[in-house]
Amino acid sequence: MPRVVVDVMPKPEILDPQGKAVLGALPRLGFTGVSDVRQGKRFELEVEGEVTDDVLAEVSRVAETLLSNPVIENFTVRVEESVEVRA
Amino acid sequence: MKIGVVTFPGSLDDVDAQRAVRLGGNEAVALWHGEHDLKGVDAVVLPGGFSYGDYLRCGAISRFSPVMAEVVEAAQRGMPVLGICNGFQILCESHLLPGALIRNDHRKFVCRDQRLRIERTDTPWTSAYSAGQEITVVLKNGEGGYVADEATLDRLEGEGQVVARYVEHNPNGSLRDIAGVSNERGNVVGLMPHPEHSVESLTGSGTDGLGFFTSLVEAVLA
Repeated sequence: MPRVVVDVMPKPEILDPQGKAVLGALPRLGFTGVSDVRQGKRFELEVEGEVTDDVLAEVSRVAETLLSNPVIENFTVRVEESVEVRA
Repeated sequence: MKIGVVTFPGSLDDVDAQRAVRLGGNEAVALWHGEHDLKGVDAVVLPGGFSYGDYLRCGAISRFSPVMAEVVEAAQRGMPVLGICNGFQILCESHLLPGALIRNDHRKFVCRDQRLRIERTDTPWTSAYSAGQEITVVLKNGEGGYVADEATLDRLEGEGQVVARYVEHNPNGSLRDIAGVSNERGNVVGLMPHPEHSVESLTGSGTDGLGFFTSLVEAVLA
């Protein structure tokens, strides 16, 4: 079954306290060289049938309506090859 | 007046809000998230809590509950709506109010008596206060940082839509110390602090919050 992935990220100008907490933890754990961390959300949508442009447009509407808040977040939609196909 | 208080799964402060409504001289009507029914109320309070477990984003699921369809329609017709804390988040997610609320900049849950300045007093929820009046009410939130883009913030300031501002201490990183905003018309007000917890001297930090619940009565009698 095809999988459509929606990534939701806080807009660059919006403060991301969770990302900052992760960034702050890295040097304490001995990881150096990371200068910034932003934390977002990844949604995996299993869709029925072929992933057509109409399906992608529909998923974009889902992302815009529910999965993200356009005031503070951006999203991207992409198709991911299913595990079954790869196997 | 009949003021409805909506209970969502995960609401915490609905009973306190009902009590505050009664202490303010109004009749409290319990409303249920799952019903397309406002039961003939004159105004609605969306209380604090963690509706739908704050899943996805605070208020993001509640916004699509059956009762919210009615609340949004009534608000657009001019019905007074007050959203407190989680209720404020729901109003922002519903696009009834501009901006959004994000995790506190210091990343910790905050619970304190908070000083506020009431800036807009021509709303049905704040008319009992005088402009510039400072009050102390309970504040408790984990995601109370008010954000909006600069143009929106400038517009809110210019149009007088900032209802209340934090004074002395900004508890959550809210831009321009904003604690509460209204829509253009002024009938919809969102507030992060909890006036409903500050209505009785026995159990709260005083009674400064009562004005939010007496304003409607005063507006009718005036």
